[in-house]
Amino acid sequence: MTAERAGPRRAVEPLPGLWQGFAATLGRDCRLRFRRRSELANPLIFFALIVTLFPLGLAPDSTLLSGIAPGLLWVAALLSVLLSLDGLFRDDFDDGTLEQLLLAPQPASVLVLAKIVAHWLTTGLPLALISPLLAVMLSLPGHSMGVLMLTLLLGSATLSLVGAIGAALTVGLRRGGVLLSLLILPLYTPVLIFGAGTVRLAVDGAVIAPWLALMGAMLALSLLAAPWAAAAALKLSLDG
Amino acid sequence: MQLDIQKLGCERDERWLFSDLDWQINPGELWRIEGPNGSGKTTLLRILSGQMADYTGTLSWHGEKLSRCREAFMASMLYIGHRPGVKKALTALENLDWYQAMSTVEEGGARARRDACFQALEAVGLAGFEETPVEALSAGQQRRVALARLALGHQRLWILDEPFTAIDRDGVRQLERWMMAHCEAGGSVVVTSHHDSGELLPASRVLRNLRFDGQGGVHVDC
Repeated sequence: MTAERAGPRRAVEPLPGLWQGFAATLGRDCRLRFRRRSELANPLIFFALIVTLFPLGLAPDSTLLSGIAPGLLWVAALLSVLLSLDGLFRDDFDDGTLEQLLLAPQPASVLVLAKIVAHWLTTGLPLALISPLLAVMLSLPGHSMGVLMLTLLLGSATLSLVGAIGAALTVGLRRGGVLLSLLILPLYTPVLIFGAGTVRLAVDGAVIAPWLALMGAMLALSLLAAPWAAAAALKLSLDG
Repeated sequence: MQLDIQKLGCERDERWLFSDLDWQINPGELWRIEGPNGSGKTTLLRILSGQMADYTGTLSWHGEKLSRCREAFMASMLYIGHRPGVKKALTALENLDWYQAMSTVEEGGARARRDACFQALEAVGLAGFEETPVEALSAGQQRRVALARLALGHQRLWILDEPFTAIDRDGVRQLERWMMAHCEAGGSVVVTSHHDSGELLPASRVLRNLRFDGQGGVHVDC
């Protein structure tokens, strides 16, 4: 009786593919970023500006600069990511594609993860890739360049994931930028502390494996929780 | 029945937009929702499409509560709202290709998806504009890109909020014909419109009306 009521037709109907939806959303978002070159370049230019201004403002003294380099590079990278977060869902919200994304048969968290991955590929990844160039300007010792890139790769992915929750919560507000920073910065501090700390240890030639492991753990945790939380926040923001 | 609505009510700003609404959307029915501005037409459609959880009453899809069969419902429901859901920086083809990837079940690969999108764009009169960025198209053409999703033909239930906006007269007629054909083929359509819904719909035998009187009353005419 119950089986009849549920309807055999519905039970056998196949659903659109999860992976197909993920890949299509990731591809679409990356393509969009590359079509809007200025948005792609903004965080990078901001990153480069902060880092180049510091040696000018302070003394061009290589021991002083190399001392502050890990922290400075990390703060600049963090602010660049923060700056780019507001646009993560805002455009989609305005043109209605966010609404359609949440109406897709695929779980919203998977599609939100695709958007976050696209954000990281176009923000965090390029930041990590150009960081050695700017590190040279701050006379960071050559042997710690690899560690700097590695921590930025791991850390910026965590920043994108965690930041997506804040961006999702503030997407419905007209001026959400300041609120977004206030919401997200406390969650960013552990990433900053461990990221900059790891680079500092690498400069001193100390063991960094446990620190890297902790950064990996933070990434794993946010990978698990952030897409789900951001999807829930998006539903909240749009429900009204 | 496809969608069964029982005792549906929604309160906004201490005002009941509608309450105790009992309504069934069956295969082959085209429901036109009429009512003055602010009477709750869009809110009703947002509830029906599963976007709003702030309501009283129950919605069932094929006899099962909507919240328990979300994926199956979303796979067979198409919603087009006020905002077209089209990315302006992408071309018409790229926009449609995303929708096709999100909703198609066939594993035909990128090639088959593109072919389906080309056909759908041709059906809405955008042949030759496939590779044009949407921002370079006119408002009516942008709207047609969104409406091309209807031509992809995956969903059985269409929920359309003001689909005739910015569409020219021929386009309106074509859209009406599509909606009627969809219902005759066993699908269902729920549509709101300020227009007196063109010329073709009123004569159709699949048409049903749901009227908001603007004072919290809803009248279902079968």
